[in-house]
Amino acid sequence: MNASYEWLKAIVPFDYTPEQLRDLITARCCPVDELVRLRADLASVVVGQVVEAGAHPDSDHLWVTKVDAGKGELLDVVCGAPNVKVGAKYPFAAAGTTLPGGLKLEKRKIRGATSNGMLCSARELGLGEEHDGILELNTNLPPGAPFLDAMPVGDTRIVVDVTPNRPDLLSHVGIAREIAAATGGTAALPTLDGATAKVPAAARGDREGSAGPVRVTLEDPEGCPRLTGVFIRGVKVGPSPAWLVERLVAVGSRSINNVVDATNYMLHEVGQPMHAYDAKLLAGPAIVARRARAGETLRTLDGVNRTLDPSMTVIADAERAQGVAGVMGGSTSEVSDATTDIFLEVAYFDPSSIRRTRRALQLSTDASYRFERGVDIEGIPRALERAAQLLIAVAGGSIEGAPIDLYPVPRHALSITIDSARVAKLLGEPVAEPDIATLLAPVGFAVGAFANARASVTVPTWRPDVTQSVDLVEEIARLRGYDSFSNELRPFRRGTVPNSPLAVLTKRVRERCVSAGLLEALSMPFVRGGDDSHVKLANPMAEDEGYLRRDLLETLAKRAEHNLAQRHRDVRLFEIGSVFAPTPAGLPREEMRVAAIVLGHRHPPHWSDTSAPDFDEWDAKGLAELIATAIGGAAQTELRAAPDSSALWEVAIYGEARGVVRRLALDAPVWAPAAFGVEITLVHVSSAPVAPPGQSKLEHPDLGAPTSHFNFKPFPSTPSTFVDVALLVPNDLAVSRVESVIREASGELLESLSLLSEYRGAGIAEGFRSVAWRLTFRHPERTLRDKEVAGRRDKLLRTLEGELGVRQRTT
Amino acid sequence: MSTTLADLVAQLDAFRDATLAQLAVADSLDALEAVRASSVGRTRGALNDYKAQLPKLAGADKPTFGARFNAVKVELEAAIDARHAALSASAPAAAALDLSMPARRQWRGAKHPVTIVLEEIEGIFRDLGFTIATGPEAEHEWYNFGALNFPPDHPAMDMHDTLYLERGGLLRTHTSPVQIRTLQSYPPPIRIIAPGNVFRRDFFDASHAPMFAQIEGMAVDEGISFVDLKATLANFANRFFGETKTRFRPSFFPFTEPSAEMDVACRICNGAGCATCKQTGWVEILGCGMMHPAVLESAGVDSQKYSGWAFGMGPARMALQRFGIPDIRIQYDSDIAFLEQFAQ
Repeated sequence: MNASYEWLKAIVPFDYTPEQLRDLITARCCPVDELVRLRADLASVVVGQVVEAGAHPDSDHLWVTKVDAGKGELLDVVCGAPNVKVGAKYPFAAAGTTLPGGLKLEKRKIRGATSNGMLCSARELGLGEEHDGILELNTNLPPGAPFLDAMPVGDTRIVVDVTPNRPDLLSHVGIAREIAAATGGTAALPTLDGATAKVPAAARGDREGSAGPVRVTLEDPEGCPRLTGVFIRGVKVGPSPAWLVERLVAVGSRSINNVVDATNYMLHEVGQPMHAYDAKLLAGPAIVARRARAGETLRTLDGVNRTLDPSMTVIADAERAQGVAGVMGGSTSEVSDATTDIFLEVAYFDPSSIRRTRRALQLSTDASYRFERGVDIEGIPRALERAAQLLIAVAGGSIEGAPIDLYPVPRHALSITIDSARVAKLLGEPVAEPDIATLLAPVGFAVGAFANARASVTVPTWRPDVTQSVDLVEEIARLRGYDSFSNELRPFRRGTVPNSPLAVLTKRVRERCVSAGLLEALSMPFVRGGDDSHVKLANPMAEDEGYLRRDLLETLAKRAEHNLAQRHRDVRLFEIGSVFAPTPAGLPREEMRVAAIVLGHRHPPHWSDTSAPDFDEWDAKGLAELIATAIGGAAQTELRAAPDSSALWEVAIYGEARGVVRRLALDAPVWAPAAFGVEITLVHVSSAPVAPPGQSKLEHPDLGAPTSHFNFKPFPSTPSTFVDVALLVPNDLAVSRVESVIREASGELLESLSLLSEYRGAGIAEGFRSVAWRLTFRHPERTLRDKEVAGRRDKLLRTLEGELGVRQRTT
Repeated sequence: MSTTLADLVAQLDAFRDATLAQLAVADSLDALEAVRASSVGRTRGALNDYKAQLPKLAGADKPTFGARFNAVKVELEAAIDARHAALSASAPAAAALDLSMPARRQWRGAKHPVTIVLEEIEGIFRDLGFTIATGPEAEHEWYNFGALNFPPDHPAMDMHDTLYLERGGLLRTHTSPVQIRTLQSYPPPIRIIAPGNVFRRDFFDASHAPMFAQIEGMAVDEGISFVDLKATLANFANRFFGETKTRFRPSFFPFTEPSAEMDVACRICNGAGCATCKQTGWVEILGCGMMHPAVLESAGVDSQKYSGWAFGMGPARMALQRFGIPDIRIQYDSDIAFLEQFAQ
């Protein structure tokens, strides 16, 4: 909503500056986005002080002056004004400035004397016709200060960000009402020049009636609960008077002609959109509010041919639609220079219906914006009367017959009971009963007498948002001022909700990833997709973002590629985020996952080690173990060979396949190192409804069962003994298989088994590798004898040969 | 030297341990060479003495000791090699180290700036008695709108340009559905915050993204009031921003009544007015309000008995302010030149 500071002032007197008014509206109603000085064209004009003035040697009416314009040096300026005085201050436009009207000042010579700018008259600044002399400023501001600070001229546009619940603020009257409530003043519509025509009382009717010669019919009272109109004969269409143009320009609207401008003026002043038809172009002449016929077409004022449907309400003549009700008029009956007779329609249209129509037509207008939020249905007769008077004042003509007012089901003002005890309870501080009335009355609420803490409050018809007592609580709070309530922290009871296991797990995994040297990435979940394996969006923002990711690596790989494109060679990223898989019906299956990508140097290169190695598969496997053990603990985590070639390993947690480790094929430059990815599911996030609407399904509050517990093992006091074995392992036999045989054959005294090395090449037969392990044995109570260890070793070697055909390496 | 197997092995092990200890303190290549010569050295090495004992052992013990001997020899040689490599790398000797040279570093990880801000917010609310709740990102329309008192065909819907899923449901436009899920699951008193990603059909620009983090908060109990709301959030602001002025002003959300927005004094200009705060001296931080009775009822909570307040704020934009990041898009690039700056 664009409001004009001057227009508001014409409705309610106040002493606020535009900035103070902005703060007032923000504190009591809704935020102000912006203040726009409408004379911004004067922004570069400054205060200039004449320091010297002497007669021009070559002219009898020019002066050569020296002007201090705050630039640190005095400027030579030639001036033709008879009233120039040394020491006085004037508006000064330096060379380079463009004045209103488009005159660009340049440094030039006037009869041989240099002039670096101009001392300005009121007319040169577009501030009036006065041009007998330059404009002397009565100001304390120093030279160089903006002229607009010295002499605030021109209106200020106040751009109010009106919330959807407050249609009453979409007019100057509505905002003025709030200002009046703050100042204790009274808002009253200003008298308009010549708007004194006597408007006869409207003829009331249900479904039909006449305004002058125009037959008016209400066929769709659902879409149009109230339809009023007046017939005016003999108007002369032409330009609007200057004051009217100025008002419209101030709110950012364009002057079209006096008739249309009058209706627009009313829209901005009282918030009631209205439409003027050229009555001679109406078949009948008739006006009908009805549903559009299937396939009915209409060329709207913006020149677009639109196809309508029966869900939409139209204003038609006897033959065809002449406007989309409440949205935009049609071009056939548009007011033009030739128009002499007018039918002015002022109506209330159903907000939901307007919203559906303007969305279907993708056509939002000042009118639809207001109807959609709800105009004041009871204010329509007053709006019609004032509009007719204004129209006649600016375009002439006279009312023929009486206005018509079709209003089959009058609305009753809503009454709400307010309970002062409940107000105090919700707000946390009592508000005295007399104060409640004092706060509410100035903005239109009628508060009855309190009895037993209760009173009946009648809601003004321009406040469709106020329907129950909590709405009045908000009114009381905002009118008293939110900041007038205490900020005192009061005691509270501890809540029953345990921390979400998802949040706890996510935090633990994130800490683990950060400690592993990874950087947390954030990527959008939208992918190109294009197949049934991805969840499809119904209304995507772009064609290549039509689906949701199914795997985190899908989008994280793009982030790695972005880094390669930025010539970053060492990339270590992780992300925790949601992935989505389609289900046959209903919402997608959603999982919270963690993914990591590593490529480049394993450690930051150091000068002591010129052969700094790159990340390889084993780093990726280790990273997967590190992350997986933050989820399930070491005992529950296993990395096993992936079942197919799309991945290297499968990450199993609690025996369930929960993730993968894989090589990544990135869209990468040739110098890019090999990339590896890890992705592990943290949890399945249920989207199943907790309970049916209006019901709850309360769970027993469980403030967190202790999660993973492990038992401390006493550390041994006896010495350990180790043996190293080197085995010839066939290439196609998994080391993990050999290890499981070693563990089994070594018995419970085997404390640890660690792989020392793998060797292929000279001395080792083709198809084999030499793998060496160290087996550490320990007896919990005594020192092992060498014999015992040697015996186990021998048994182990026999078992290996027997079960796997694996022998010791002998060289 | 004794010649029983057990004694011999014990001595060999003791020798090994002693030699390893000497290696550990050998801090120059010369010192290392001395240790090498005296242990495994071909001529003067003490290990030779153990080998010489072999023939004196009983026949059955010979292979056992032989294997043991070899293992120790291999281990010591490997340890000497490793020490040699280490000393060569850091040579010259300790006395000659140029200590000004850079350290050997590890990659340092970092949380995303939005996470840093989120965790800070969570920490403050944890101190105020709040726990963390979560919910799905793909939601039912009822949880996202219906339960939150959004009337159908109402302009309030324009505040939430929604991404819908083809097979039904939507991507949640705010974290407020978690209010309903939590209220349906647990009895009051409830004090939760709910961080998570939300989605709007907003095209990328310097301050908008189609997905961004939000954090929801809710307190429900008997007698919860507007003063509690103001007090808790002002307390939060003072802890998050440092001692600061706050301002509460009217706003509109279908799910709260009264509705409010909280501003804090602009940190750039200290309230004087600048481009950041659009000359107002205030920066909007969060939307909040007393929970609408219809919302409590839709989750099966008796709105006569209980009242509550809720808020929602955007850590992504707060991260822009906190770290002076000029454009929200940088947060989604995941450029390591950006992320590494947060590896403190």
